[in-house]
Amino acid sequence: MKTKFVDSDVLIIGGGMAGCGAAYEARYWGRNLKIVIAEKGQIERSGAVAMGLSAINCYMGMRWNENTPEDFVKYVRNDLMGLIREDLVFDIARHVDSTVHLFEEWGLPIVYDEQTKRYKREGRWQILIHGESYKPIVAEAATKAATEVYNRVMITHLLADAEDNNKIAGAAGIGVRDGAFYVFRAKAVIVAAGGATHVFRPRSVGEGAGRTWYSPWSTGSAYALLIAAGAEMTQMENKLVVTRFKDGYGPVGAWFLALKATASNAYGEDYELKYREEQRALYGNYVDAKPFPTCLRNDAMLREIKAGRSPIFIHTEKVLDTREKEELGHEDFLDMTMSQTIVWASQNIDPKKRPSELQPSEPYIMGSHATCSGAWASGPTDLSSGEYVWGYNRMTTVRGLFGAGDTIGGSAHKFSSGSFTEGRLAGKAAVAYIVEGATDKKPLIAPGKVESVRDEIFAPMETYKLGRNMITRGTVSPFYLYPDQGVVRLEKIMDEYVGGWGSYYTTNEVLLNRGLELLGMLNEDLAHLGAENLHQLQRAWELRHRVLTAEAVLRHTLYRKETRWPGYCYRSDFPGVDDKNWHVFVNSRRDPKTGDWSLFTRPYVQLVGVEGT
Amino acid sequence: MPTYVNPNKCDGCGKCVDICPSDIMRLSNSIFSGRKAYNVEPNYCWECYSCVKECPQHAIDMRGYADFAPLDHKLTVLRDKETNEVRWKLKYRDGSKNEFAFPIRTTTWGSIPSPQSQKTPTNEQFDSQLLSHEPEYLKTDRGLVTAKR
Ligand SMILES: Cc1cc2nc3c(=O)[nH]c(=O)nc-3n(C[C@H](O)[C@H](O)[C@H](O)COP(=O)(O)OP(=O)(O)OC[C@H]3O[C@@H](n4cnc5c(N)ncnc54)[C@H](O)[C@@H]3O)c2cc1C
Ligand code: SF4
Ligand code: SF4
Repeated sequence: MKTKFVDSDVLIIGGGMAGCGAAYEARYWGRNLKIVIAEKGQIERSGAVAMGLSAINCYMGMRWNENTPEDFVKYVRNDLMGLIREDLVFDIARHVDSTVHLFEEWGLPIVYDEQTKRYKREGRWQILIHGESYKPIVAEAATKAATEVYNRVMITHLLADAEDNNKIAGAAGIGVRDGAFYVFRAKAVIVAAGGATHVFRPRSVGEGAGRTWYSPWSTGSAYALLIAAGAEMTQMENKLVVTRFKDGYGPVGAWFLALKATASNAYGEDYELKYREEQRALYGNYVDAKPFPTCLRNDAMLREIKAGRSPIFIHTEKVLDTREKEELGHEDFLDMTMSQTIVWASQNIDPKKRPSELQPSEPYIMGSHATCSGAWASGPTDLSSGEYVWGYNRMTTVRGLFGAGDTIGGSAHKFSSGSFTEGRLAGKAAVAYIVEGATDKKPLIAPGKVESVRDEIFAPMETYKLGRNMITRGTVSPFYLYPDQGVVRLEKIMDEYVGGWGSYYTTNEVLLNRGLELLGMLNEDLAHLGAENLHQLQRAWELRHRVLTAEAVLRHTLYRKETRWPGYCYRSDFPGVDDKNWHVFVNSRRDPKTGDWSLFTRPYVQLVGVEGT
Repeated sequence: MPTYVNPNKCDGCGKCVDICPSDIMRLSNSIFSGRKAYNVEPNYCWECYSCVKECPQHAIDMRGYADFAPLDHKLTVLRDKETNEVRWKLKYRDGSKNEFAFPIRTTTWGSIPSPQSQKTPTNEQFDSQLLSHEPEYLKTDRGLVTAKR
C-alpha cells in the first residue's frame, strides 16, 4: 500500500464546527502557514451538524445588553452542579457573539423578532435560525481558509516528537477511499474530532441502531487520540443523558422554550416539583438553581418513570394553535432531526392533535452540550491562574497539541457556535505557538515509528484475510471479531456495568470493577479484529477509539465517590452530592509507554461571584 | 432502509457516496443493471438526508427505521441552491399531507470572503486576546471583556 506524507504547520483533525473555526482563525493570523484539515467524512456535511440545526444555543446578545459573560458562567455553573472551568466558559461567552455575527454575514439565515428587531430568542441563550445549510456555509469558509482539506481520511494515531515524547509531531491515519496510509507531520495539531455515541447500548435496536440523538459517526476519536498520546483528561465521568422525543430523538428545546409546551406523566399530572424535597436531601441547594439543572430534571422524570407513571408526555397539542407555530415546530425537526417527523407520519401522530412521548436517551460522551467531558486545557492568560494555565490557550498537557469543541473538557454549553468559537481560540493559539519560535525545528518522528504504526493500522485486514479461509462462510469465526460484534459487546458492558439506560443509569463499585475486567478482555480481543475491506477497517478503528473512551469513562466513574450529576449517572453506593470532598475535577492520565492509568483531582476555581457578592 | 435507491432513476453518478457522513452509500456494478447506488449499512444511517438532498436524479428516498416506524409514510425533500430554499413534503400513514418550505441561505454560494482577504492584523492585535474581526464584530461598546481575578 502507498504511504503519503503530508507536511504542514497546523494540522486540524476533524472539520466539524470546531475544526472549521480553527481553520478560519489559523489562516487569519497565520497568513503564510500551511494549514491542513484531515476529515473522516466529507467536510460539507460532516460532523454532528450534518443535517443542519434549527437554533444556535450559545449567543449572549451583548449588543442589546441581553446577557453578559458573567451571567453565562453563573448559568452554566448551576446547570453542571457547580463544577465547570469558569475561565474557559467565560472565554467562550466573551467571544461567541462575534462568531454568530460572522455566520450571519456569511449567509446563515437568522430569525428576527419583528417587534424588537433583535434576533428572535428561543430561550435566554438560544436564537432561532433557518439552519438547513449551517454546515455547508461554515465549511465553505473553512475550505477557503485551509491550504488543503483531506476528506475521507480517518486519523487513528497521534505521533509524538522523537526527542520529546510529550510534544506533538503529527498524526497518522487511513485514506478510506484511496487505501493509502497517511502520515501528517505538523508543528501544531488541533484535535476537533467530536463526541462519542455507541459507547453505551442505544435505545434503538436492529435497523434503527443508527438513530442515536448525537450522530453515529461521533466515535470518540477526540478522546482516544488524546488519551493514547498521554494528554490529561477531565470530567470523563460527566456523561450526558438527554430527554428527547421517544424513538425519533427530536430535540425538546424549541418545544419547551419557544412554544412553551409542558410535560406530564401518563395521567396528565405535572411531576417535576413533586420530588423537590427528596432531591434536596441528596443533592442539597442545587435544587434551588434557576433554571432547574438539566440533570435534576432528568432525575425527576426518572423517579416518575420508576414509580410506574410513564409514559411521560410532551403536550404539543396544547400549543400549536396557529400555522406559524405549526411551522416552527416542524422546522425544528426538519432542520435537525427528520426522523422525528417520520415517526409522526408513520404512527399517525399529528402534533396539533396528540401529545408525543418523551424518554431519556442512552448516555453520550461530549464536551459541548449540557456536559463537559474532554481534555484538560490551558486557559487564556488574562482569565486563568494557577493549575489552569501553562502556556497557550486550549493547549492540552501535550506540547503543541490543542483541542476545541467536544474535545475540550470543563466547558459545557458551547454547542455549535461555542465550538466554532473555541476552534477560533485554538487556531489563533496554535499560530502563536508556532510563530513564537516554540518550534523552529521540523517535527521529527522516531525511526521505525511510521512503519510500526502502519502495520498496526492495517492489521485487521491481514487478520481477516488469514482467518477467512478457515471457515466455510458466514459471520461466525473463532479467528476474528467483526467491528460490529465488538461494538455490541462494548455497549452491553457499558450499559450493564457503567450505568446505561438498562440499569436506570445506576452503578456501584462492584459493578464497575467487574465492568473493568470485562472491558480489559474486550481490549485484548481487539487484537483479533477482522476487516473485510477499507470501510470495515475504518469501523475497526472507530471501535478502538470508542473502547479507549469507554475505559476512561469507567475509571473516572469509579474514582468519583459521589453522585454529582443525578439523572446522568448514579453511584448507588454514594447516592448524594458530596461537596466537602468532591467539589473538584477528576482528572486522569494514561502513560503512553506502559498503558498505566493515574487518576487524581484538580481544584475548582471560582472566577465569577455568586449573586449578591 | 433507511435510505433506499430507485433503480430506474439512479444513474450511478456517485454523489451520494461522496457526501454521506456515515460512509455507507456504495455503488454496485452489475452487468444487468449497471452502476447503481445502495445503502450498505442501514443500521449506521442517521436519516440525515444529506444524500437525498444531493442526488441530482432524486433517486434516493427514506423508509423509516423498521424497528419503530410503521410503513406507508413519506418525507421527501427538494433543496434548491438557486432559490436558496428547502421544500419538504410529508405524507402520513393515514394519507393526510403537509408541506413546508424554509430559506437556507441569504448569500450566493461561494461568496464568503476568505480570512486571507482581510486586512493583515497588527502585532499588537496578535498579542492581545482579540480574535479576527474583534472587537468590531462583538458590536458592543464594552469591547472584549475580561473578568476580575
Ligand atoms: C440532533 C442535534 C441537535 C443539536 N442541536 C443544537 C442546537 O440547536 N444548537 C446548537 O448550537 N447546537 C446543537 N447541537 C450541538 C452541536 O452540533 C455540537 O455542539 C457541535 O457540532 C460540536 O462541534 P465539534 O466540532 O466538537 O464536533 P462535530 O461538529 O461533530 O465535528 C467533529 C468532526 O470530526 C470528524 N472526525 C471524527 N473523528 C475523526 C477522525 N478520527 N479523523 C478525522 N476526522 C474525524 C467528524 O467527521 C466531524 O466532522 C446539536 C447536535 C445534534 C446532534
Ligand atoms: S446520487 Fe443519486 S443518481 Fe447519483 S449514484 Fe447516488 S442515487 Fe444514483
Ligand atoms: S441519510 Fe445520511 S447517513 Fe443515511 S445514507 Fe444518506 S447521507 Fe448517509
